[in-house]
Amino acid sequence: MTETVSMFSIVKEITSALKDKPGALLPILHDIQNALGYIPADSIPIIASELRLSRAEVHGVISFYHYFRETPPGKQTIHLCRAESCQAMGSKKLEEHVKDKLGIDYHETTADGRFSLEPAYCLGLCSCSPSMQIGEDVYGRVSNESFDSIINEMETLS
Amino acid sequence: MTVIVYVPNDSGALALGAGRIAAAIEKEARQRGLDIKLVRNGSRGMFWLEPLVEVEIPEGRIGYGPVQLKDIPGLFDADFLNGGAHALKVGPIDEIPYFKKQQRLTFARIGLTNPVSLEDYLSNDGYRGLNNALAMSGADIVKQVTDSGLRGRGGAAFPTGIKWNTVLNTPSEQKYIICNADEGDSGTFSDRMVMEDDPFVLIEGMTIAGIAVGATQGYIYLRVEYPHAHRALNTAIEKAYQAGYLGEDIQGSGKQFDLEVRLGAGAYVCGEETSLMESLEGKRGLVRFKPPLPAISGLFGKPTIVNNVISLASVPIILDKGGEYYRDFGMGRSRGTLPIQLAGNIKYPGLVELAFGLTLRELLYDYGGGSASGRPIKAVQVGGPLGAYLPESQFDTPLDYEAFAAIWAVVGHGGIVVFDDTVDMAEMARYSMEFCAIESCGKCTPCRIGSTRGEEVIKDIIAGRDLHKNIPLLRDLCDTLLNGSLCALGGMTPYPVLSALNHFPEDFGITEQASAA
Ligand SMILES: Cc1cc2nc3c(=O)[nH]c(=O)nc-3n(C[C@H](O)[C@H](O)[C@H](O)COP(=O)(O)O)c2cc1C
Ligand code: SF4
Ligand code: FES
Ligand code: FES
Repeated sequence: MTETVSMFSIVKEITSALKDKPGALLPILHDIQNALGYIPADSIPIIASELRLSRAEVHGVISFYHYFRETPPGKQTIHLCRAESCQAMGSKKLEEHVKDKLGIDYHETTADGRFSLEPAYCLGLCSCSPSMQIGEDVYGRVSNESFDSIINEMETLS
Repeated sequence: MTVIVYVPNDSGALALGAGRIAAAIEKEARQRGLDIKLVRNGSRGMFWLEPLVEVEIPEGRIGYGPVQLKDIPGLFDADFLNGGAHALKVGPIDEIPYFKKQQRLTFARIGLTNPVSLEDYLSNDGYRGLNNALAMSGADIVKQVTDSGLRGRGGAAFPTGIKWNTVLNTPSEQKYIICNADEGDSGTFSDRMVMEDDPFVLIEGMTIAGIAVGATQGYIYLRVEYPHAHRALNTAIEKAYQAGYLGEDIQGSGKQFDLEVRLGAGAYVCGEETSLMESLEGKRGLVRFKPPLPAISGLFGKPTIVNNVISLASVPIILDKGGEYYRDFGMGRSRGTLPIQLAGNIKYPGLVELAFGLTLRELLYDYGGGSASGRPIKAVQVGGPLGAYLPESQFDTPLDYEAFAAIWAVVGHGGIVVFDDTVDMAEMARYSMEFCAIESCGKCTPCRIGSTRGEEVIKDIIAGRDLHKNIPLLRDLCDTLLNGSLCALGGMTPYPVLSALNHFPEDFGITEQASAA
């Protein structure tokens, strides 16, 4: 209950702070996702009324962009690059290993809620492929072994 | 005496551990009671050497790399702070052939300075272009850009001066400058490097653009995948405001230019300029029909310049040294320099800025050192995910927009992705169709439906089913995409697909017998 209340107040606060910017919707969605980890369905009516848009319009925008999510993510989101330079350096084998190790596919979250896995289409780290990003941390020349140690280190830290 | 030690903060270096190296060097120096000043510079773009640590001594800047954590005590033991001998020593950076042979105009400062230090920027030729521009008429500024021969570095290679001139000559109480920093092309990272490693040069270029055409508001549309660039840009923008390089009265000229970074949200198509403007307006990134041109009716219906990061970052040196200076580099109608990105399976990956005209072979072998795996190079993809695959027989093509167009390929944003002989080109073609299907904005049927259908057909081909029917079907689909798409996502996906099919038919199961039939 209190969680819902604070969700509403966070969304309200963000929306009213930004609504007068030209093209405010994306900045609003970014701030909401930064604050809550995702964009809850219940926030759509608030955004829509503040921006004088229909709910369908707001939802249409959320669903158009791969980055915005409508479900809560795991504690950490792993963005694994699928694009060509990383493929040329063995990212497909790494991808199999990552899915295997986490036991999930892309767009899924591990049962313990620790990790979500998302594909990336180039992280601009093609000079050290294959690459991935976890939060703001970037990793290059990732191997099966280095992936495991990165993940294991995170698990012991948390 | 305090020794200056440089450890890059570029995310390519961070991805290889530069953050931990910087911390460890500081700690080790403290423990040994040595006086150092640590500077986080940008990357020199020689990524096989990253993390590349540099020390500044009277002989110049001496490099050590690639440095791992375990090397640090040994480096101190070897007195690297005074340029001591060590297995990782690469000597003076300026003498490394890969670096020395480059022609760095746009990247002149990158790797040299602390990217977010305005003092560093100013003492290394920064804001000289703007100072000149502030004393010129808009038309004269545009003329310098036109004279430079600069063509858009974002992909389409449209002459920048002509675009600016249209906006200059379209009267409006409000105009906009948009920097396209969506850099979605795989195999490219030059925009990222500029924004992380020399953000002021982009800010200066946009400010000059604004003053030239009378636009007072700029937006940098940055992909969300680049958090480090985001931070660097915001820091630099804040400093530029504080020092009067942005805002209401730029350097006392009475001219105004405001600048803001806006984040994308992971849609490749939003790099297309009209989709980008829809996104900036807070909508789904559906591609707009053209005309009207953005230069006449762009963001919020106002005249708008949309330029790539590299295009805009090349403007300060053009205004500093003159259009002719820039124009003297290059070949044919490809003037100036291109920051080329060597990526994929290559021994010496990195950023190589050179005048147009070098051949692919020179880049791949003289600079790149061949494949990283040591196996023969089978194919390279130039110009991002919509660029053609080139076989070895085309490696003598010079990097030049027209020479590439003549072999049905594109230079694009200058990314070169190398594949060795283990690559399966039918699989790469399938991926291109899959990518198009994932990223299609959905506005036109050929792209939306054709890409999904294309992937199915290639899967059938890979499985060896009905080649005599499926190969012509794939070619038909590509024709439809080529001719029936509104934008280059659908319209150019056939480049990688058909080039793979035409140059590497054996990977599609086509035997000589079958293709003769
Ligand atoms: C699907 C698609 C994606 C594009 N992505 C980018 C991009 O990420 N960055 C960019 O500068 N241009 C991109 N472009 C090209 C832009 O539409 C436009 O030509 C460019 O931003 C103009 O700037 P320039 O003249 O300085 O190159 C893309 C085009 C298409 C069709
Ligand atoms: S070609 Fe594809 S991405 Fe481009 S406008 Fe058509 S549907 Fe959208
Ligand atoms: S292709 Fe993977 S980082 Fe660029
Ligand atoms: S709607 Fe784009 S081609 Fe038909």
